[in-house]
Amino acid sequence: MSPPAASYSAPHLMRRRLRGRLFEWLALASTVVAIVVLALLLLDVLHDGLPRLSWSFLTNYPSRLAARAGIAPALVGSVALIVLTAALALPTGIAAAVWLEEYARRSWLTRVIEVNIANLAGVPSIIYGLLGLGLFVRALNLQRSLLAGALTMALLVLPIIILNTREALRAVPRSQREAAYALGATRSQVVWGVVVPAALPGIFTGIILALSRAIGETAPLIVVGAVAFIAFLPTSPLDPFTVLPIQIFNWVSRPQPAFHANAAAAILVLLVVLLSLNATAIVLRDRARRSLRW
Amino acid sequence: MVSSPSPSAAAASALFPAAEVAFDIRALSLWYGSFQALRDITLQIPARQVTALIGPSGCGKSSLLRCLNRLNELVPDVRIRGEVYFEGANIYAPDTDPVEVRRRIGMVFQKPNPFPKSIYDNVAWGPRINGYRGNLDELVERSLRRAALWDEVKDKLRQSGLALSGGQQQRLCIARALALEPDVILMDEPCSALDPIATYRIEGLISELKSQYTIVIVTHNMQQASRVSDYTAFMLAGEERVGELIEFAPTSQFFTKPRDKRSEDYITGRFG
Amino acid sequence: MDPRATYHEALRALQDQMLALARLVEQAIDRAIAALKARDAELARQVVAEDVLIDRRRYEIEERVVTLIATQQPTAGDLRTILAILHITIELERMGDYAEGIAKIAEQLADQPLLKPLIDIPRMAEQVRSMLRRSLEAFLARDAGAARAIAREDDQIDALKEQVYRELLTYMIEDPSTITRATYLIWVTHNLERMADRVTNICERIVFLVTGRLEETPAPAP
Repeated sequence: MSPPAASYSAPHLMRRRLRGRLFEWLALASTVVAIVVLALLLLDVLHDGLPRLSWSFLTNYPSRLAARAGIAPALVGSVALIVLTAALALPTGIAAAVWLEEYARRSWLTRVIEVNIANLAGVPSIIYGLLGLGLFVRALNLQRSLLAGALTMALLVLPIIILNTREALRAVPRSQREAAYALGATRSQVVWGVVVPAALPGIFTGIILALSRAIGETAPLIVVGAVAFIAFLPTSPLDPFTVLPIQIFNWVSRPQPAFHANAAAAILVLLVVLLSLNATAIVLRDRARRSLRW
Repeated sequence: MVSSPSPSAAAASALFPAAEVAFDIRALSLWYGSFQALRDITLQIPARQVTALIGPSGCGKSSLLRCLNRLNELVPDVRIRGEVYFEGANIYAPDTDPVEVRRRIGMVFQKPNPFPKSIYDNVAWGPRINGYRGNLDELVERSLRRAALWDEVKDKLRQSGLALSGGQQQRLCIARALALEPDVILMDEPCSALDPIATYRIEGLISELKSQYTIVIVTHNMQQASRVSDYTAFMLAGEERVGELIEFAPTSQFFTKPRDKRSEDYITGRFG
Repeated sequence: MDPRATYHEALRALQDQMLALARLVEQAIDRAIAALKARDAELARQVVAEDVLIDRRRYEIEERVVTLIATQQPTAGDLRTILAILHITIELERMGDYAEGIAKIAEQLADQPLLKPLIDIPRMAEQVRSMLRRSLEAFLARDAGAARAIAREDDQIDALKEQVYRELLTYMIEDPSTITRATYLIWVTHNLERMADRVTNICERIVFLVTGRLEETPAPAP
């Protein structure tokens, strides 16, 4: 039984359809542009850097001669920095989020802390560099060491981890907590036995985001003192260090095109490291997610 | 302000001998912040019988149920006055540990909420964290049998509890509660998320369980209350929307000749 | 697994109670007629006293029916069964009352000689009893055809009653001193005929139980 002819006009329906189609095309175009741009960048880097990749490139030290320059200290430095940062930031961040979300009673103080953490996540990373310089390098006298760099990066990623972990904890339904309490569990048993395991996929997401951010940072590390010309591999956390982004930055600033090729190759290595890190974290997250299956 | 207990509630204490009382609730009042949810509830719940709490939405029946295992305390700003005696002791006494209370008084919720763990771990987690020292495998099997679920899951104990159907998940939650070998099982609308066949199965299970456990069930489905319970408590939210106990009687009597006109109006569908 | 086991158990128990009541009524009929034949006043008094039991059983069944309906919401076949049980129980209790009536008459006639050897009256009673027994079997078997057939036998009872009435009439005309005894015996046949009517009511309920339709049984003549 069709509606009375007067209320719904056919041209209006056509206009709605047209508008819908317009939006579809716009969305498609944006996606295509984004993909094309990324693809072009990647192709450009591959074109410049792929020929330069070799085992010697990976194991050589920086040198004034582009052909002999390598990324060994930078690579080792990046990996060591990430591992150290993770070791510092993950336990602290997760524990802080658990405390804020599950234990702390809602008061003006916790509100203040919450707001500040959210703000800190948006602070430009160079500010963290300045903080690191003043606190870790000078005040704690750690000098320009791997440890100072890791501490600085840990501070940088801490808000991300805390925010994501809190979201993941909040996403666990209240009924789960109630069920656990109803079985005679204490608060810590509820939190560590039921809530945190259920929140693991979300927590892993936070870890992925945090580490991806950390591995690509350049500015704060420059401030803290990572320099490009390191002739040796760091053997202890107190040694001076460098990281891939800084090495890349250094080579790109040089006029010779051979160094640009080096930079492109180093970018490729950085991408591989980043992707492997992400892949590991994603595999772990998916395994956790599969056992949850809300 | 303490009002005297309603006549029907006072008469209730003559319904069954003192030794058969599971809960002795005296002048229980409950506030969420400044909002009063329950006023002066006085009620005795018989042991090893099924007692149904019925009433329209918002009458406080779930709040009352959650007072029985102190689960209300998870809500911030909750305030409780009055006493709830369980096995002779007031569960709200200052030196009583709510964790211990909840071990003896189990609960099953409206929407089945098994943990995202294996079926085995779902049942075993409660005893484990409470320090159970005996044979866990036996305990898990026993609990699943009592919940009429063993035959359906005995070959897939390691599978996730969430892979079961709704009715099976609810029976898993019952098994989980039974694993702690409580004296009481509280059920908060356990069938409202289930289809009619699953509902009948749970009701059949409740009839079997009552020989060993005291069961208190909140339900907004009057027919279910009449089918499954031995005693019925009817609650209403008064003018200030505060929950009160109106009548408590054996179910066969409550549904054929209720004493209070409000009870009659409610069960014949003349209001609320 | 029967998820409503408790309820179905209760239904079966109710049915058994009704059948037990029917047996009590059968016995009452038997013993009332026996008391009449043997002029046994003591036996007659017992039958009268036991009618109280029949009444009590009826009220017990009725209460259980009310409770079951209120708490278990029977539907479809279960509902018709429960309603049939309720109606049949009431009919049985009325039949018990008629048997008590016969026993009271037996007590009255106990100290007087028999007007004639009782042949037709016991035959009527036996047929009524047989109709009752078979109607309950039809109930258990849920057999509507059998129920209708039993209801049609009511005609035979009516014919027998007519026959006994004519015979007693001749006695009364010939010898006025037999009038008292004869009228009492006519009352007995009246009670037996009413009992047969009750059995046809029971058969009506059985047909309703099986078919869901209320028909008058036996079907009225076209």
